[in-house]
Amino acid sequence: MPISEDIRRKYTPTIGIECHVQLKTKTKLFSAAGNDARAAAPNTLISHIDTAMPGALPVLNEKALELAIRAAFALNTRPQRHSYFERKHYFYPDSPAGYQISQLHSPIIVDGSVEITTEGQKKSISINRVQLEADAGKTTHPAGADYSLVDLNRAGTPLLEIVSEPQIHSPAEAKAYTRELYLLMKYADVSDVDLYHGNMRFDINISVSPQADVLGKRTEVKNLNSFRSVENAVTHEIDRQIELLEKGRPPEQETRGWDEAKQKTVPQRLKEEAQDYRYMPEPDIPPIELDDEYIEKIKSKMPKLPSEIREILNKLSISDNVVEGVLDNDSICRSVMAQIDKADEISAKRLVFWLLQSQRKNEDRDLSDYDLNQASIIKLSAMVDAGQLNSNAAQAVFDEMMNSPTGPEEIAIAKNLMQVSDDAEIEKIVTAVLEKNPAAAEDVKNGELKAIGFLVGQVMAASQGQANPQVAQKLIKQQLGL
Amino acid sequence: MDWLPIADIAGKVQNGELKAVELVRKSLAAIEENKNHDAIISTMEARALERAGQIDESPTGRLAGVPFITKDNFLTFGGKTTAASNILRPFEAPYQATAIERLEAEGAICVAKANLDAFAHGSSTENSDWFVTKHPADPSRVPGGSSGGSAAAVALRMAPFALGTDTGGSIRLPASFCGVVGYKPTYGLVSRSGVIAMASSTDVIGPLARSVDDAALVLDVMSGKDELDSTTIDRDEKPYSGAQEEIAGKKIGVIREYLAQGLQPGVEKIVRESIDKLKSAGATVEEVSLPSLPLALAVYYIVCPAEVSSNLSRYDGQRYGYSSPDAKDLDDSYELSRQQGFGAEAKRRIMIGTHVLSSGYYDAYYKKAQTVRTKIINEFEEAFAKYDFLVGPVAPMTAFKIGERSGDPLQMYLTDIMTVAANMSGNPAISVPAGEAEGLPVGFQIVGPLRGDRQLLGIARKFEAIRT
Repeated sequence: MPISEDIRRKYTPTIGIECHVQLKTKTKLFSAAGNDARAAAPNTLISHIDTAMPGALPVLNEKALELAIRAAFALNTRPQRHSYFERKHYFYPDSPAGYQISQLHSPIIVDGSVEITTEGQKKSISINRVQLEADAGKTTHPAGADYSLVDLNRAGTPLLEIVSEPQIHSPAEAKAYTRELYLLMKYADVSDVDLYHGNMRFDINISVSPQADVLGKRTEVKNLNSFRSVENAVTHEIDRQIELLEKGRPPEQETRGWDEAKQKTVPQRLKEEAQDYRYMPEPDIPPIELDDEYIEKIKSKMPKLPSEIREILNKLSISDNVVEGVLDNDSICRSVMAQIDKADEISAKRLVFWLLQSQRKNEDRDLSDYDLNQASIIKLSAMVDAGQLNSNAAQAVFDEMMNSPTGPEEIAIAKNLMQVSDDAEIEKIVTAVLEKNPAAAEDVKNGELKAIGFLVGQVMAASQGQANPQVAQKLIKQQLGL
Repeated sequence: MDWLPIADIAGKVQNGELKAVELVRKSLAAIEENKNHDAIISTMEARALERAGQIDESPTGRLAGVPFITKDNFLTFGGKTTAASNILRPFEAPYQATAIERLEAEGAICVAKANLDAFAHGSSTENSDWFVTKHPADPSRVPGGSSGGSAAAVALRMAPFALGTDTGGSIRLPASFCGVVGYKPTYGLVSRSGVIAMASSTDVIGPLARSVDDAALVLDVMSGKDELDSTTIDRDEKPYSGAQEEIAGKKIGVIREYLAQGLQPGVEKIVRESIDKLKSAGATVEEVSLPSLPLALAVYYIVCPAEVSSNLSRYDGQRYGYSSPDAKDLDDSYELSRQQGFGAEAKRRIMIGTHVLSSGYYDAYYKKAQTVRTKIINEFEEAFAKYDFLVGPVAPMTAFKIGERSGDPLQMYLTDIMTVAANMSGNPAISVPAGEAEGLPVGFQIVGPLRGDRQLLGIARKFEAIRT
């Protein structure tokens, strides 16, 4: 049953999001086994610690700690000087020790915020906590088999669990929040944020209520891995709950999954047992004590965050949607920022558009593979300034520059793209064009300025695109005595 | 057929006077000869002889050619590592404990694995899933525990030294019962990597030997930071062996709470004589009260089972060790493997530990226990601000009869009453043989300040010299 806007307006949805972010470390959180399981055969990235051999002790990966500290700055806060790990107990084959090492009572981050923009409105979503923890392995149940398969490659992968306050109130805000979190983790260099491989997974708590200040019964939709599925799942779940409430049947508190094919949330057949995880301080890992000097050292090496990049690009009067496009492609963004650091802003701005165009033409192309030569970009930009290249020609030269180490001038000459700005040369073409098109010339004389565009086009065609259109227009007007 | 001091054995192996292969054979022969004491679970004859052959070719290292025996909760190559439990009956270690690696790197040779209470849960070795070890002097009695096999092995001269673990007294108690030196270092001084965990926050690895200096030399080799165990601490820059301390001028506190307990008269007599000897040697001796000590055992029996219940979770019959052949599905496999694989004491501790950690009880038990533990730590710290060492008995009694206490777990737990506090606080402590009561050995306990292992071993050496 579709819900009408009128009915939807009666209810306030309230949403909180938990996000698991996989940290980009070489090794696992507590062992020296490799962390990138994407192309690895099952159970090849494991150590005595990951398989919970007798006597094996976890040892904290310092790089993971550093990334967690970076995450704190990305979330607009500082890490706790004191935090500690705890054991969360449960029996399952993907958790070989019988417990997961996590943080409950004293996590590394206890506050923070994420600023989102929806429909031009800025809003800050508070962070409740961020805990550093080890991922579990993966269990699969082959169809028809009387056994299950366990792959421990992922067991022990370092995760940050970022828990928001329930301050999100629409599908659009939910999407904006998850995208912003993604950008923050990417630009702070905390995670590879490979969504396809589950580097970021979202669990969403949703409730709706007819009274804004009273929360309804919530459901949890688990394991979403794209912004769009977050938005769609929230939309569907809000409507589903409203529908139930309209029928006088309040929704049950439960865990649901997202069926991507059917675009709806579905109940998850989980064993309904109240779990008691029996949290206990992890005695094998001393508490984390961070001193200010160490924290400041990491802060001083923080890369530019999205907010700062937005500010810089906005100053170049690049429009918001182009800025967001740049942010979505970090290799473009890094090139542009490098350009801004080293060169004039005009060439940086041109670079933004050249790169976005180039990317549009060839989406498979990974721009980070190209080593953009700063000097060549400055030169290319200077050629545009000097009127030697029009915008199409400049883009063509740029595209070619991405394929070869040749300089822009050589490319422009080889491809015959250099604009002719030499008045004498264009003069001759203009004379010929005017002779061939007396009617249009007459129109221009009579004030029909549209016709001048046609004449300029003819000059451009006659010069095989090399004439500078501004010069051509100036000379046409001159010759017609305007 | 006694052994020379360890340093002398290594020296003679280095200069070719002694052959490592002969020493290993001597050790194996002593093990065979004393088989009826059931101190040993398994020998590693092939690997030990092979290593001995290599050492004879190139005899170097501070422990060159010295055979030793380790409690069977240390992961070693060359045989099985069982923790004397059914659930690990088939287990072969894929790596070795750091302590074993460090000893081997200096030329020591592990020849056998000693009996213990399964998973080190106990004070008598009666909780072993294999057999009960018989006391070296009286086979009707227990050797103490849980490192009872190690203590008996040293007392029976099966090897010059043995390794043990001490979570609540498991090195010092059997050392006292068997009449050998048992050393519990400061928490973290020896890596726990590769040692089957009992209670991680109090587990300590240490030597059992015939003399303080032998124990100190073994500690020299094993101790210090280990990147595989984040709770390890730096060792002293100077060697522990040969540490010089004078008794004269030292301030020594006699722990009042330990003498107030109902001590067996023979034990009390020897402890008081030992205290008098310290006085005569020029120490200032006073009684000192640590009022929270009587609570230490209660605290221990909350913290320890909590950690035990967690640490034993990994023995689930899925990846290694015993897996029940009767299981029909996963839950069945967990339940049956653990039901059949764990003994009564392990189950008791899992139950208690699970209970004290469960929601609704955590604050009343575990959290409160940790608060009292902090008080105990503070009281030790205050005491060591005034005194160089604290002394007292190791246990209220001498070795008891097999079966005498095993029917009542609480009676068994009480044997740890004078040793657990040092585990709760992390302080180093030693049991040094001080005499005999009715033909059974009695140990004298000296406790040192945190990281004061060198001073403690130095004073224990002096005490050893004046005790008779």
